[in-house]
Amino acid sequence: MSATPPSAIERALADLSSQDPAAQEASVLMLSEQGDPALLPRLEELRANADRSVRLVIKPVIDLLKNKVNLVSDDPDTRRSAATDLGTLGKPVAVPWLEAALNTESDRWVRYTIEESINLIKLASDDPATKIAAATKLGELRSQNALPALKELAQGLLASSGEGEQQGQQGLVASAASQAIERIETWGSWANAIQTVFRGISLSSILLLMALGLAIVFGLMGVINMAHGELMMLGAYATFITQECFKAYLPDTLFDYYFLVAMPCSFLVAGLFGLALEASLIRFLYGRPLETLLATWGVSLILIQAARVIFGDLTSVVAPSWLSGGAQVLVGVQLPYNRLFIIALASVCVAGIYWLLFRTGVGLRVRAVMQNRDMSACLGIPTRKVDAYTFAFGSGLAGLAGCALTLIGNVEPGLGQNYIVDSFMVVVTGGVGKLSGTIVAALGIGGLNKLLEPSFGAVYGKVLILILVILFLQRRPSGLFSIKGRHVES
Amino acid sequence: MSSPDLGESSGLSSAAEGTPDRRRAWLSESSATEGLSFWLVGFFLLVVMPLLNVLPATDSWLHVSDFTLNRFGKFLAYAILALGIDLIWGYTGILSLGHGVFFGLGAYAVGMHLMLSIGTESVYGSALPDFMVWNQVKELPLFWKPFYSFGFAVAAAILVPTLFATIFGFLAFRSRIRGVYFAIITQALALSAWLVFNRNETNLGGTNGLTDFKTILGFRLSDPGMQRTLYVLTVLSLGAAYLLCRWIIRSRTGKVLVAIRDSEQRVLFSGYSPANYKLFVFVVSAALAGLAGALYVPQVGIITPSQIGVLPSLEMVIWVAVGGRGTLAGAVIGAVGVNWARSILTNSFPDLWPFFLGGLFVAVVLLVPEGCVGLVRKLSGNWFARRAQPGQTAGGFGVGASVKRGLR
Amino acid sequence: MTERGSIIYLEDVTVDFDGFKALRNLNFFVDYHELRVVIGPNGAGKTTLLDVISGKVKPVSGRVVFGKDTDLIPLREHEIATLGVGRKFQTPTVYTNLTVWENLDLSLRRSSKGVFATLVSTLTPAEVGKVFATMETIGLAEKAGVPAGSLSHGEKQWLEIGMVLLQDPVLLLVDEPVAGMTDQETEQTGQLLQSLADRHSIIVIEHDMEFVRQLARTVTVLHEGTVLCEGSVEKIQADPRVVEIYLGRQKEQKETSAAAH
Repeated sequence: MSATPPSAIERALADLSSQDPAAQEASVLMLSEQGDPALLPRLEELRANADRSVRLVIKPVIDLLKNKVNLVSDDPDTRRSAATDLGTLGKPVAVPWLEAALNTESDRWVRYTIEESINLIKLASDDPATKIAAATKLGELRSQNALPALKELAQGLLASSGEGEQQGQQGLVASAASQAIERIETWGSWANAIQTVFRGISLSSILLLMALGLAIVFGLMGVINMAHGELMMLGAYATFITQECFKAYLPDTLFDYYFLVAMPCSFLVAGLFGLALEASLIRFLYGRPLETLLATWGVSLILIQAARVIFGDLTSVVAPSWLSGGAQVLVGVQLPYNRLFIIALASVCVAGIYWLLFRTGVGLRVRAVMQNRDMSACLGIPTRKVDAYTFAFGSGLAGLAGCALTLIGNVEPGLGQNYIVDSFMVVVTGGVGKLSGTIVAALGIGGLNKLLEPSFGAVYGKVLILILVILFLQRRPSGLFSIKGRHVES
Repeated sequence: MSSPDLGESSGLSSAAEGTPDRRRAWLSESSATEGLSFWLVGFFLLVVMPLLNVLPATDSWLHVSDFTLNRFGKFLAYAILALGIDLIWGYTGILSLGHGVFFGLGAYAVGMHLMLSIGTESVYGSALPDFMVWNQVKELPLFWKPFYSFGFAVAAAILVPTLFATIFGFLAFRSRIRGVYFAIITQALALSAWLVFNRNETNLGGTNGLTDFKTILGFRLSDPGMQRTLYVLTVLSLGAAYLLCRWIIRSRTGKVLVAIRDSEQRVLFSGYSPANYKLFVFVVSAALAGLAGALYVPQVGIITPSQIGVLPSLEMVIWVAVGGRGTLAGAVIGAVGVNWARSILTNSFPDLWPFFLGGLFVAVVLLVPEGCVGLVRKLSGNWFARRAQPGQTAGGFGVGASVKRGLR
Repeated sequence: MTERGSIIYLEDVTVDFDGFKALRNLNFFVDYHELRVVIGPNGAGKTTLLDVISGKVKPVSGRVVFGKDTDLIPLREHEIATLGVGRKFQTPTVYTNLTVWENLDLSLRRSSKGVFATLVSTLTPAEVGKVFATMETIGLAEKAGVPAGSLSHGEKQWLEIGMVLLQDPVLLLVDEPVAGMTDQETEQTGQLLQSLADRHSIIVIEHDMEFVRQLARTVTVLHEGTVLCEGSVEKIQADPRVVEIYLGRQKEQKETSAAAH
């Protein structure tokens, strides 16, 4: 960049506000090429005082300069979005800036975006050779962002007809563009498939988190707790209250940690409520699973209405900053942190439950009662206590699930109702007494849901899953991994 | 070939007491009480209520307003549904949480006919139902066309739920899905139906359902005379449904149903196929639900998916539980009672209704599992037992009678 | 059906409960009009044997033939019951909310037990007589109108036996009929089974050796899912292998209980 006399810059700034379009354009070009971020405050000032037409003229200059500044920011996300913006603006002046940034950039995905933007700008150039190179490079990058531009280019070339050499050149550009399109689209469908699988796993882990508590209680006591969804709601509101407390009483710097406190809180709140529910209701209905089902549904109605009266219809939880955004793993494949967190949480819960059930004395007792209640009682296992604590534990898991759900949705009184029938289906399909059944059923139903959604729509996908579950139960009426033997049926 | 007494109530006709005459006396007395109340209640609902609607001046305290009569028509339609649920849950012990679907199928079938009867009186003045115009449907979907015929619509209101229940029940019972499993599967059915009926592309009116009906068979629905006719029709249907259910439960098939509740295994090893009996009772109750839906729609004037989903299906079970499961009278009393309470409470304290309903779920299951009728019988049974001479109840007859009554 | 040969014939039957073989390559048959007693330690597969015959459990391999050539494996429980296999369970299973009369009435052998046939069916005088006779046999004639739920444990056992009898089965499967009965009741049951053997084939599972001796017919000893030996009571009691499994087991149990303390 050669040094331009300050007077020329002053003149250009003055020309920006002139009524002569030619002068305006010239100064825009000049200021852009100059690319001095130091001018930004003056431009802003100009814009603030100018009329609409002048503001429109100034805006691209400001955008360019701002993004140029951001291109060397400390935050990779800012650098990346600056690169994206420069690509969208499509001004050739930005190419050298981007190339300079590329040389010093170390972050993989920022580099990717810079390259993408450079080639997007080059794609719009007049030189066919540059165009071909840019199109080929974009194809190599599998750039989803370039797809509209490339398609436009290919179609434009097909429509216009040049002559002689020009036509030959156009043909080459067109073929380069369509090759790139094909490459990008092939990759796009792969990326889509990966995303679908991820969404499936994500939904599965939500269902699993909800179904785990249900399944343990069902396996132990033969009881389906219809208020399970509302225990989740309690967990969600516990999270909400923790958040509000952090907002009100603790410094802002600590806010991000509220979620770590909210998790045990929601577990405890729901667990204690479960304990109370067991003591006041469930234990009187022992051996009457259908009655329990109805009574717990009554409890759920009361809880929903209570939440509505106390909290109103909608409240939302702000996810902590370390759980917002996502991890880019491949081109076009971004995995949101909150979903990843839920998957991790579900995995930890499964591992924890396995550990509890199979590696501790408490777990041994629970399994003993599950398999033969009378015999366990004879051996001196306090079956009533085992029931109560297991129910409380299952309820606590529901609370934890509710806490996790705040990351992906609003907190509302009907929160528990959204997934609850699905998680009942998971428990029923999984069968009694074996956790592996619940896990496989959660993965199956969650995965199928997301697999069927694109082609059948969410509603018909659900209906189809119901039909599949019924057909499945034709072959295995008591679920996937029911314990075979002559004790089970009675 | 045989004595009809034995066929009708085999258990009571044995000579175990040594004095068959006395047994028969008890039997006829019980029948007489039941018969008398049946005719009394029937007379009141069928004759007295409509007369009180027509004859006294509107400001008289005896006057039953059009609104009240119409409301009762709705409750009694629900009572038909409750009878069906009582058959399957109260007697056979199968908890279905999907009866709202069958009710909805019946209601939508008649609703579709009423929708087509609106004709060009609709808001948009098109022969198509309003919601189709709104959704830019140009032509009446094929499956709507037969519903121009009133006869077809009424037949469909019963037959579609019957058919649907047959398929679903066949699959479920054949593979021995039972207990909690059946409850959850039927609940998923209710959820699926709710989702499907909510969709616009199924052309069933979406979330807003079917409404704004004007005429039925050429008569104005808003006319009090028409509403009275519908009310009377509902009472007659309820009576017929009651007699049908009573016939079933008093037959040997009815005994098999109770036997299935007690020990399905024994039924199986006695050579009966429980799956067929369950399917039978499921289908009968689905047909009754469809009939209830068909009678409900012209009286209430609207049917939406929210009336057939998961929550309404559960509520229906609670009507029966409140009234007294395993007693036909209980089902009727429960359906009318709970809905009456609802219409009072939702008017004056709308926020309290869910609390009340939830509390009712808990209280009935926990405190009065036999429901109102069971409670009354228990109390009066105690009273009778105290009055009865000790000698007469020897041989366990007294116990037998009270438990038997609890069942009926 | 010819009344020669076996009424029930099991060949190479294996039952698998998640890897646990409840029956392994079992061969077993019972002749017409035979009263057979099956004994064996816990877990030997006695009840599973009855489950296989009555259709409750399906074997993974082998053949189960009823009468001359009826394959039982593809049939469901109620179909097998209709063929003439009656079963009395270990714990009494009766209809607690129905009266004794109704319990018996429902069990009567009928030409059709379909829903609609049952809906309109009535009792013939002959059938009434049968039910009365059975009530006399099982000693519940005084309690016809009593709901079965309020009977004593022994009465329920008898009621169930009566119900199975009214099915008029060709083959009667009886699982520990005298469990929980008094000595007198036990003896009565023994006499009843003896008298029934004239007209029916009966398989009885029993632990009570006293009772087995009373029945005094052919005894089959099951052990770990296969037939260990078969023969008269004396022969069985003299067999060292039988002594071994019963006594060995007791020894083992003593050891484990000692270890637990």
